[in-house]
Amino acid sequence: MVSSPSPALLPALRIVLALALAAALPLAGAYPVFLMDVLCFALFAAAFNLLLGYTGLLSFGHAAFFGGAAYACGVALRDWGWPPEAGLAFGVACAAALGTLVGALGIRRKGIYFAMITLALAQMVYFVFLQAPFTHGEDGLQEIPRGRLFGLLSLANDLTLYYVVLAIVGAAWLFIGRIVDSPFGQVMLAIRDNEARAISLGYATDRGKLLAFVLSASLAGLAGALKTLVLGFASLSDAHWTMSGLVILMVLVGGVGTRLGPLVGALVVVGLEHKIGEIGAVLANFTGISWFSGLGEAVTMVTGLIFIVCVMAFRRGIVGECMDWWRRRRGGLAV
Amino acid sequence: MIVLLGKPLPVLMAQLLLGLVNGSFYALLSLGLAVIFGLLNVINFAHGALYMMGAMLAWIGAESLGLGYWPMLVLAPLAVGAFGMLFERLLLRRLYGLDHLYGLLLTFGATLLIQGLFRSFFGVSGQPYPVPELLRGSANLGFMVLPIYRAWVVGVSLLVCLLTWFVIERTSLGARLRAGTENAALTQAFGINVPLMITLTYGFGVALAALAGVLAAPVLQVQPLMGSDLIIVVFAVVVIGGMGSIAGAIFTGLMLGVVEGLTRVFYPQGSSTVVFVVMAIVLLVRPAGLFGREA
Repeated sequence: MVSSPSPALLPALRIVLALALAAALPLAGAYPVFLMDVLCFALFAAAFNLLLGYTGLLSFGHAAFFGGAAYACGVALRDWGWPPEAGLAFGVACAAALGTLVGALGIRRKGIYFAMITLALAQMVYFVFLQAPFTHGEDGLQEIPRGRLFGLLSLANDLTLYYVVLAIVGAAWLFIGRIVDSPFGQVMLAIRDNEARAISLGYATDRGKLLAFVLSASLAGLAGALKTLVLGFASLSDAHWTMSGLVILMVLVGGVGTRLGPLVGALVVVGLEHKIGEIGAVLANFTGISWFSGLGEAVTMVTGLIFIVCVMAFRRGIVGECMDWWRRRRGGLAV
Repeated sequence: MIVLLGKPLPVLMAQLLLGLVNGSFYALLSLGLAVIFGLLNVINFAHGALYMMGAMLAWIGAESLGLGYWPMLVLAPLAVGAFGMLFERLLLRRLYGLDHLYGLLLTFGATLLIQGLFRSFFGVSGQPYPVPELLRGSANLGFMVLPIYRAWVVGVSLLVCLLTWFVIERTSLGARLRAGTENAALTQAFGINVPLMITLTYGFGVALAALAGVLAAPVLQVQPLMGSDLIIVVFAVVVIGGMGSIAGAIFTGLMLGVVEGLTRVFYPQGSSTVVFVVMAIVLLVRPAGLFGREA
């Protein structure tokens, strides 16, 4: 008897397909460093989505964890000569420690205050990085070696590193999915939807929020540390609040609280950053307004415009809108 | 020379005054944020960008329109206030039924857009703006030399803050505003035009930011990113003070300016972070803020 795969197998099948597709991309001519950049930011956005989409906490300070881990990993790899796996672990550990501090202070207030507190604390971390000697200030950490994974596998080759990054990001992605599907994930959703009710049902929501925050910060740290490994430098811009805004934008564009949203959002935003100069040149050619040719230097302006459009007209994001359209097409109830 | 706590008195007083000047800007900005938040439940991230807009308009007025400090001190806040009301009518208004966080995100996007636009037209280098002739020079008070312009900034800011406090707490217009803050639907039912009030409040709040910008133009460098780090400090000020009270916002702003100024004397490396440290301590000891009500 031939039957379709059981429902339990379907997600696993999808994951295998997605990984196979991702593994084949460089062979199809995509530039590995660009793909790794997208993967790092996709992980960063997924970590952020874990907090905003599933716990309902808007952190405006995730750049501190991303940038902090980027520096930690850079120092470990370059100045201490650690192997890459230890550098990544150190980056994650630093982000987790920082996340515990910021999270513990932040969850003392709710909603809009939470956003302002995380923003302010992240700015404080930024100023510390600006002045601390180990970050080398405006120059940043440069020429960070990739080293050999477990002392065996040299990561100097971009393609080799791409598969390593793909494996790590894939594993982290599954881990995030596992968190969302776990009983703790249900507690997170309860906090998001009605915190007062969750408290009255006996859940220690403060502990839940802190745990979600630390998990999110650690994963954001993993993304930052990976970015250092890929690009070979860590700079102040990784820790600046515009980076926190960028990751919010990625999640917003992709779709808040959707599984695929962060990946789609990261692809769109990183792609746009890479291509904005060319788009500006085309627009300048097309309209004859020479001002457009400077668009490459004015990425923040375009980012701001997309932000406004998303908030005004497009709050479900690309993945959210697609899912909604799919549901309506199948005659189900649109939520 | 008199020495106090190991520092010469004039140095101490000069930094104290500089702290008061910065504190005046914090007070004007956090006051605007508090008034807007009270009625709209929106944290206006664009406040820093609109402050910058006020300063840039003053500079543009002097550069290309031949309008000096005094006309721009009135015109720039009016222009920015009008821009703010337009922004509220066209965009912000549509988000009131949603989670408050969308208001924050919209104004964040507006910040990036405004800063980006000014940057693409004027570059990032700082533009000097002269102190108006009437307020040049300084007075020797014996224990310190008092630059007149700085004293003027502190004086005007305090006056505007107190006037705002008076209007909101002591007049019938203010009573309507407070009624709207307390319960918008009920106030509307009494025949008060709440949507109009919201628009005007937003316009007034951002006009305060622009006023701070014009006042800052001769003291600080005028450039498109001048408000981008400032707004985060002001957020910390708002968290420390709590947004429950107008007087609290004014007092907290001034106080933190002074704290920052004193830190610059005794531990210069800490001057950029001290406000955030104070915020962390306040959160541990009194999470609702110094003047806030527990939400």
